[in-house]
This record gives sequence, C-alpha cells and structure tokens, in this order.
Amino acid sequence: MEDGQDAKIVVDGLNAWYGSVQALRDVSLTILDRKVTAVIGPSGCGKSTFIRCLNRMHEVAPHTRVQGKVTLDGQDIYAPGVDPVTIRRRVGMVFQRPNPFPTMSIFDNVAAGLKLGGLAPKAYLADIVEKALRQAALWDEVKYMLKRNGTALSGGQQQRLCIARALAVEPEVLLMDEPCSALDPITTLAIEELLQELSREYTIIIVTHNMQQAARVSDKAAFLFMGEDRTGFLVEYGDTKEIFTNPKDPRTEGYITGRFG
Amino acid sequence: MRQALIKEQAQTPGKWWRRWLRWPASSGDWVFQTLTLLAALCLVGLLVAMALYLLAEAWPSVTLFGPAFLTSTAWDPVRGVFGALPAVYGTLATSAIAMIVAVPLSMGVAIFLAELAPDWLRAPASFLVEMLAAIPSVVLGLWGLFVMVPLIRDPVEQWLGGNLGFIPLFQGPPFGVGFLAGGLILTVMSLPLITAVARDSILAVPNSQREAMLALGATHWETISRAVLPYARSGIIAGVILGLGRALGETMAVTMVIGNGYQVTLQLFAPANTMASKIATEFNEASGDVYIGALVELALVLFAVTLVVNIIGRLLVYWTVSDTSTRGQ
Ligand SMILES: Nc1ncnc2c1ncn2[C@@H]1O[C@H](COP(=O)(O)OP(=O)(O)OP(=O)(O)O)[C@@H](O)[C@H]1O
Ligand SMILES: [Mg+2]
Repeated sequence: MEDGQDAKIVVDGLNAWYGSVQALRDVSLTILDRKVTAVIGPSGCGKSTFIRCLNRMHEVAPHTRVQGKVTLDGQDIYAPGVDPVTIRRRVGMVFQRPNPFPTMSIFDNVAAGLKLGGLAPKAYLADIVEKALRQAALWDEVKYMLKRNGTALSGGQQQRLCIARALAVEPEVLLMDEPCSALDPITTLAIEELLQELSREYTIIIVTHNMQQAARVSDKAAFLFMGEDRTGFLVEYGDTKEIFTNPKDPRTEGYITGRFG
Repeated sequence: MRQALIKEQAQTPGKWWRRWLRWPASSGDWVFQTLTLLAALCLVGLLVAMALYLLAEAWPSVTLFGPAFLTSTAWDPVRGVFGALPAVYGTLATSAIAMIVAVPLSMGVAIFLAELAPDWLRAPASFLVEMLAAIPSVVLGLWGLFVMVPLIRDPVEQWLGGNLGFIPLFQGPPFGVGFLAGGLILTVMSLPLITAVARDSILAVPNSQREAMLALGATHWETISRAVLPYARSGIIAGVILGLGRALGETMAVTMVIGNGYQVTLQLFAPANTMASKIATEFNEASGDVYIGALVELALVLFAVTLVVNIIGRLLVYWTVSDTSTRGQ
C-alpha cells in the first residue's frame, strides 16, 4: 500500500452479543494507520459496542460474546493466549459518559494510567500530565487546582479530563466515544484540532452524532445502521468525502441529510 | 456542601427554629415535620433516661471510688474494692484482636464474593456468610468452648509459645481460654457483618469505574485496588465500625471462652474478662449497693466506650466522604 495507507486494525466478520441479543452482525472493515476514522449511525445501532470490541472492552460487561476476527498490526487480538491488558495499553479509550476517578485528584486522574504496572516515571510525571492536560484543552482551567478532586469539575471539564487521562499513556490507537457531547463549540473546536494534530502519530476512531464534526475531522467514515431486529451492521465505509458527498447507499444519504435516525 | 448550607443559614435572617417553623409550605408538611421531630426527640430522651438511670444505680460506686475506678485493677467483692481497668483492657484487647484478624479476612472474602467468584458460587457463598451472622451467640460460644478452645490450646498456643515465645504476647501457660480465644470468637462474630457491608459497597461501585481503569491497561487486581476499593472505602469503613461495635458489646460467646480472669497483661493466652462478660458473669450473684453499683458503672463505661468508638467511626466516614467530594477547597 502507499505511504500512510497502512492497515492498523483489520476487522473481519465481527459479531457481538449482549446475552442472547445480537448487537452487531458481520462487520468488516480496515482502519488505516494514523488516520481519523469516524463511526456514525443512529442511536442504539452498535457504535459503542463496535469500538469496545476493538480493545476487548466488550467482554468486560457480563454475559457478552464476540465472534469474528480483529487484528491489530497483524496480530489477532482475540487469539487464545492474548492478554487483553496488553491490547488495552495499546488501544486507549475515552468513554461516552465521563468517568473520572472520584477519589483521586485531577493530577492523579491523569497520571492513573502511568502509575500502572509499577513503572511510574516519577521525574517526568508532572510533565506528562501537563502535556496531556494541555492537549485536552483543560490545562488553563485546572492548572491552579491540580490537587482538587476530579469530580469537582463540570461535565465538559470531566470529559476533557478523561481525554487527558487516555492521552497520558500514549496509546497507538485512540477510541473516542462521543468525546465532545458535553462541550461548547469553542472547546469542541479545540478537541477537533487536537485530533488533527494527534492523527500524525496516532490512529483515531471517533464515534459522533455530529455530522459536521465527522465531515470536518475524519479521513474515513463508517456508517452503521440497524434493521428491525435491532442488530447493527455496517452499511457503508469509505473516504469521508465520498460518504458525505456521494453516498452509495440510500440509507446513508438519508441519515446524513437528516431524514431519519 | 455542608459549609454552603451553614453559610446560607447564617445569611438568612431569623433564628433557625423560626425559619424551620415558617418554612413548610403546607400544613401537611408541618404535621409531618413535627411528628418526625417528636420521634427523634423520644429517641434522644430514651437514651438520656437510660444513662441517668444507670448513673443513679451506679452512684454508690461512683462516689466511693471516684475516677480511680477507671485505673484500679482490683475486683474484690469480699473487701468491697472494685476497679474497671482489667475489664476495659479486656474489651479493647479482644476487640483489637478481632479486628486485626477479621478486617483483612473479610476484605478478602468481600472482594472474592463481589469481584472474583464465578456466578454459580456467588449466591451460595454469600448465603453462607450471612448464615454465620445468624448463629445465636450462645451456640457459637458452645462451639468455641468445645471445638475452638482445645484447638487454640494445642496446637496454636503450643506452637506460638514454642516458636515465638520470645515475644511477650506469646508467653505464659497455654490455657486455651483467654484473650486469644475471646478475640477469635469475636472475629467469627464480626466477620460476616464486615464482609456483608464491604461486599455490598464493592457491588455498588459503578461499572464505569472498573472500565475506566481497565481501559488504561490495568490488570484485574490493579482495577480492584486502585479504582474499586477507593471508591467503596467509606462503605467499607462503615462496615468495620459496625463489626467493631458488635465486638465491643458482645457478651455471651465471649463470656464462655474468655476464662474469667481479671488482669492487665500482654500475655494473650491468659484468662481475662471483658466489661460485658464481667457484668454477665457476676450480676446475678452480686449483692450490696457498692458491688451492684460497680457492675452498673462498668456498664456505663462500656456505654461510653461504644459511643466514643462510634463517634470516631462516624467522623472517619465523614472525612473520607468529604475528602472525595471537596478535597483541596
Ligand atoms: N450493557 C448492555 N447490556 C445489554 N444490552 C446492551 C448493553 N449495552 C448496549 N446494549 C444494546 O446494544 C445495542 C447497541 O448499543 P450501543 O451502546 O453500542 O449503541 P450506540 O450506537 O453506541 O448508541 P448511542 O449512539 O445511543 O450511544 C443497543 O440496542 C443496546 O440496547
Ligand atoms: Mg454509544
């Protein structure tokens, strides 16, 4: 493949269940290295489920099941003997709902991932935390209260705190589940700029309900949809420009022009 | 939060009780508030009345021995000399032993039940722990006397005395009954309580907390120790306080295995007494104002000790909770 078009994650025939309810059916696509991929689709179609399958978080919920193949740099992450911990260190995640650690200070929240495994690089800890908070456009608001509790922040600030927490460990792939849902337009813009900047080094997959945002930030876009049985499937995947200007599937066109979903 | 409330109260003109009387919008609210206030006052009144009654009964002993009652180690009904120190010490020492053994043990069980146990094992194991709490203490005492005490005498005390005898705690003849037996029976009694409360507070930790830690690349154990337990800590502390409260006040089972000694010593194998067991053993045969008064005063001291422990516990919970919501303000 040409430069910058290397496959980072290859999903092949992915199915996911919650108990006996199938949430995803037969999703196959290739996520490109150091690109931003947007996942769009109506609420409940399985976007969160899909990205949770990419860092083995889906199996954390009780009675869940995954079938199919997901490879990260060619390595099958669901192969027997693969420790999900090593996968999650490489594939970071920002959750749909902010979930800071309420017993930790803002500083410790951001440093939480760095302190795992007993390898806290003490000397650089403060630098890394500052860098992550700056990237997440939160530094100026919290720099004088780093010792304060993480839950003493507003919802949008908590969201950015969680982004900073995920950035601090410098994963190769960053999964972001509606990272801007609680942010004002200006902060949203800051995060979008961050994504552009990060995509030089990281592979980013972002779930968003904001079509303009998907069009602005992503190189590739995947449109998930669900049928009568409420099982999500992939309708269309391709260059964002193509998806938004010249969708092949009428359902994609209907969704992005706001006719349903 | 609380400070804000106080500030708000300070800013509003008028005495707090006038605001309270004016505040309800409807008469229904007013009736409800008055009723609940009366109920609360009744409870406080009952507590005060009980304390006063005990004080009246204890008066002959209080006036005769004064504060020395608390520091004296004598207990001689024949000469009419009484002191509380060995009983206070016995209560605190046995409860301390119980907590030292029970807290780590019940934390382990609670973590296992809430986080690690396979689904099929969870319910039966939880049920067993709760059953342990339901055993009448006299039954537990019998078990303690006939099963636990012989085992404590030999091999436990034999081994400890033989191998760690250079430590004062493990010196002296292995009686079987004594501080150690009392502490261990209290362990058995407080363990299910602490376990149940700790398990429930661990189960109450939202899954998003576990997921947040896991997504950073944490192992299962790191997730439990860094995200789950800190989140649940005020509940866990509350459970420990509950267990400690039970250990301090427990009477029957302890009385049966503690050996009815009366001494302040570091030697764990020595026969001892707690405040509760001393009262239970002697109250029936006590005669004379001073003897009875001394036993009732012992009850008052027990009352005070439990109160102090509970207040400290409450403060601990309050501090850890306020720590999580407004630290650094
Ligand atoms: N923990 C769960 N247990 C059972 N079913 C679940 C669970 N989480 C999600 N589901 C179901 O799986 C389906 C897909 O959910 P998912 O959260 O992936 O949707 P989504 O596309 O992210 O929606 P949204 O845009 O609202 O976040 C839904 O039908 C939902 O009801
Ligand atoms: Mg979602």
